[in-house]
Amino acid sequence: MSTIHKSPWLLHYDGSSCNGCDIEVLACTTPVYDVERFGVINTGNPMHADIFLITGGINSQNAEVVKQIYNQMPQPKVVIAVGTCACTGGIFKECYNIKGGADTVIPVDIYVPGCAARPESIIDGVVKGVALFKEKAAALAAEQKAN
Amino acid sequence: MEMLVTALICLPFLWAILPAVIHNSKLRAFFVYLGCGIVIVLSIVTAVQWYLAGGQALDFDLPYSGLFDEVILYGDLLLMCLITYLSFKYKRGVISLLAIVQTLLVAGLEVFGPELPAQPALHFDWLTLIMILIIGVIGSAIGIYAVGYMHGYHIHHHKELTDRRSFFLAMIFVFFGAMFGLVLSQSLVWMYFFWEITSVTSFLLIGYTRTEEAVANSFKALWMNLLGGCGIAAAIAVGILGYGTVNLYDIIANAIASPADMLCLLPIACLAFAALTKSAQFPFSGWLLGAMVAPTPSSALLHSATMVKAGVYLLIRVSAAMADNYVGNMVALIGGFTFLVASCLAISVSDGKKVLAYSTISNLGLIVACTGCGYEETIWAAVFLVIFHAVSKSMLFQCVGAIENTTGSRDVEDMQGLASIFPKLACILMIGIAGMFLAPFGMLISKWAALKAFIDTNSVYVSTLMVMFICFGSATTMFYWTKWMSKILGASPREKSRDLTKKNEYISMFFHAVLVIALILGFPWLSQNVLKPLTNSMFGTDVQVISYQNIIIMIVLLVGIFVIPCLNYFMTKNQKAKQVITYMGGANAGDNMSFISSTGDAKEMHISNFYMEDIMGEKKLFTPAIMISTFIIIVYMIIVIGGAF
Amino acid sequence: MISSRVITAVCYLLFAPFIIGLLDGFDRKISARMQGRKGPSVLQPFYDLKKLFEKEFLTANKIQLLMIRSYLFFIMLSGVIFFAGFDILLVVFSLSTAAMFLILASTSTHSPYSAQGTHRELVQIMSCEPMELLVAVGFYLAMGTFNVNEIAQGQMSPITFLPGFFVGFVFILTIKFRKSPFDIATSHHAHQEVIKGVTSEMVGKEYGMVTLAEWYENAILLGIVGLFFINSNPVSIVAAIVAILVVWFLEILIDNTSARVKWQLMLKLAWGVTIVAAGMNLFLLEIIRG
Repeated sequence: MSTIHKSPWLLHYDGSSCNGCDIEVLACTTPVYDVERFGVINTGNPMHADIFLITGGINSQNAEVVKQIYNQMPQPKVVIAVGTCACTGGIFKECYNIKGGADTVIPVDIYVPGCAARPESIIDGVVKGVALFKEKAAALAAEQKAN
Repeated sequence: MEMLVTALICLPFLWAILPAVIHNSKLRAFFVYLGCGIVIVLSIVTAVQWYLAGGQALDFDLPYSGLFDEVILYGDLLLMCLITYLSFKYKRGVISLLAIVQTLLVAGLEVFGPELPAQPALHFDWLTLIMILIIGVIGSAIGIYAVGYMHGYHIHHHKELTDRRSFFLAMIFVFFGAMFGLVLSQSLVWMYFFWEITSVTSFLLIGYTRTEEAVANSFKALWMNLLGGCGIAAAIAVGILGYGTVNLYDIIANAIASPADMLCLLPIACLAFAALTKSAQFPFSGWLLGAMVAPTPSSALLHSATMVKAGVYLLIRVSAAMADNYVGNMVALIGGFTFLVASCLAISVSDGKKVLAYSTISNLGLIVACTGCGYEETIWAAVFLVIFHAVSKSMLFQCVGAIENTTGSRDVEDMQGLASIFPKLACILMIGIAGMFLAPFGMLISKWAALKAFIDTNSVYVSTLMVMFICFGSATTMFYWTKWMSKILGASPREKSRDLTKKNEYISMFFHAVLVIALILGFPWLSQNVLKPLTNSMFGTDVQVISYQNIIIMIVLLVGIFVIPCLNYFMTKNQKAKQVITYMGGANAGDNMSFISSTGDAKEMHISNFYMEDIMGEKKLFTPAIMISTFIIIVYMIIVIGGAF
Repeated sequence: MISSRVITAVCYLLFAPFIIGLLDGFDRKISARMQGRKGPSVLQPFYDLKKLFEKEFLTANKIQLLMIRSYLFFIMLSGVIFFAGFDILLVVFSLSTAAMFLILASTSTHSPYSAQGTHRELVQIMSCEPMELLVAVGFYLAMGTFNVNEIAQGQMSPITFLPGFFVGFVFILTIKFRKSPFDIATSHHAHQEVIKGVTSEMVGKEYGMVTLAEWYENAILLGIVGLFFINSNPVSIVAAIVAILVVWFLEILIDNTSARVKWQLMLKLAWGVTIVAAGMNLFLLEIIRG
């Protein structure tokens, strides 16, 4: 039985945003919301992370960076787009340099809307993402067996 | 036996003429190989014959002993004239004073002094055996390496320098002869002569390139070594005038017999002083650092593997007379202090050869500290360190020399990813570095024994200080070696290029690598059959220095360090792994070498080691270290000299 | 006698990760409570470890895995030497050999963050090593032997002779446990420090092995703390356990009440405390021994 759903470590990446969502993400780790009670830890390193949490939209500069970071995360992994900008590009959508939401460069599993997304909904998104791990881990195990 | 020893001493001197007069490069190389081969064979045959004969200490004379005495007397005067001439030629006339005073003192006492009882001039025992093997085997291997190295040195790198290879190779043979003579002599007059020859060869080899820096450094080495020579001359004078003997062993026996009598200690103190200069201990470390301008083979041969060991050799000889007295305390403190300070200084430099120079000084410091303690365990440890250090360090010097000839730089920073471009050189470098500091190699065993002995030393102050020196020195030693090692693995920014290392250089280096591994594997045997008889004959007791149980643990560690990585290599070889690029905040420009900068184009990434110049820099530590060590030496010398009169 | 030593060593190999892992779990729980949070389950470290071994294996240089396995092995070997009651000085030497493998593992990738972490790790090793060696020296001075099993059979607890050494050792434990204010190379738990310092490029099972090795190492270090209190009287074992728990709690308290320092300050502090506390104690012991 995989335990990945019990220890989802998360990597937080901030794209083109107003930083409102970032503050809310950090609020999740404060004593008030205490996301660590789910085993969540905010790592700074894609190599150790299970959840890729993106706030803000994708612009032409950070598209490559986001792709690279995504590729540096080992399977199984979940991508969560937090906030309207990460989901669709949000208020910046029509800007000349904005490509749109996170899903324009990498596959996104969970969308957490809100401007800014509230800590409760972010935690809710993370917990939903955690639920996804069970099937992802099973798929990975099956794939490894097949090889 | 006498014949063999005569050949051992005289043959290299005579053989030196061959490379000196032959200028055809191929022919000269042949004779150098042949000479080195003969020296190796001779030294091994001598050693084996003595060992098989039961390993009893021998006192004997060379045939035509009277003639040799004459030769040595005139040789001394000749050396004095040579030094005087050269020092006036290079406008450093003051230095010749040192030579003149000591030579005239020795020669005058010999000619006009009281008649001395006839005593055999040479002595052969366990320590001699080890030194002869080190000089013969390691030295000759370096000689072989030198042929290839000097070729590359002049042809590829230093085209601007005059090619004086004949001189260089001849000097190496002269040096062999002098070292053999030095370790075999028991008459101080003989020893003094050979001692001076090693000083002069070292001086000449440092000045090989004749650049301004080389000349300045060679004179620095000269005056410091001559100062040491004065120490021996003083010991001879005290010996002749005080006891009517110049026999080293009589002087030692005197000092052991009456440890409270400062007059008996005085010659020991003078000899110890001489040894400290030769082994480049603080405050005399400057000459060894300057000596690094010399071509690498001479650094390997003179300035790490053999010549600096002459000082340590002398200290080990007299160590029994230094147990728990002022001289011993002085030597131990200087050694321990040097061990710590030199290893701190090694942290702050990035020139590979300079790191090696500092680490040589530092390791010699540990050996010197062991001898100063003068206990059975520490002598055991000291001899062990001498052997290990000779092999590993000569290998490291050769390797850094080869790397410099191949890549054009000997800076540690430029060795990034050496394993991926020159795996053979990298492998040798790794073995050498591991041999220098890692458990379970020589250093560890010796450190273990040394720590134990220092705790048991009688003097409270010395004991406390020595333990602290060793503990802190180990930490700093670990730091500079590990950071060098950490450069070698990993990716390299360079392209693969042709390895310019000659075959004979590789022969010598692989020979050393095999020797390091053989020494480690043969360590229990070596301890049982060579080192134990050595300490027993020196102290007349029979003590197991290192317990059976610890030997077992060390063997386990030993097997671990070779077998575990290999085993893991095979276990992980077929490991499926997805290759990823390293993390640089997602800004890698497609590989691990460069990143996208803020201007949007790729920039190469440089990773540099820590050098801690603010804390451990040469500017910060060197002068205070010299002052403190000078202070220690002066205070103890005053105590001994003042007590004697 | 010999069989009991073998049993201790085997117990170490089997149970050390569980005990230290559990202590780590409580550590996180207590830390969370100190910060007014609920905190994760006490079994959280085990979940994390298991997860790490299940993740996909990515690597920038395959030498890294080899080095990490060797690191783990050498830590375990040091632990066996210690708990089987052999020479404590060799334990320290063996630990520093193990550390060298960790250094090589992290630099083999040529990554800027792990290189940074590596050099800080080296500074940490340099800060701690004198004290570790001195502890061995202290035991030798107090009990006349380097052998752990003989030290443990002494008439009096070594702490009576070695209070200075104990203070110095507890000080460097903060560095060894990678706690604030000295978590400059990589922090314990998964919190970040310059990405993740020395472990930055270690993925999945590699990081898992490093965590496991750290648990094994911490068991040795706590074992040394216990050794200060143990004597031939069996009651002293209880005292040793209490001492270990007190020290462990103290480290958590320090961790939660201090901010990170720079490496220069760490080096100065660690060496300063070593010289003052252990040096004085050493000097006095030498005087007493005559």
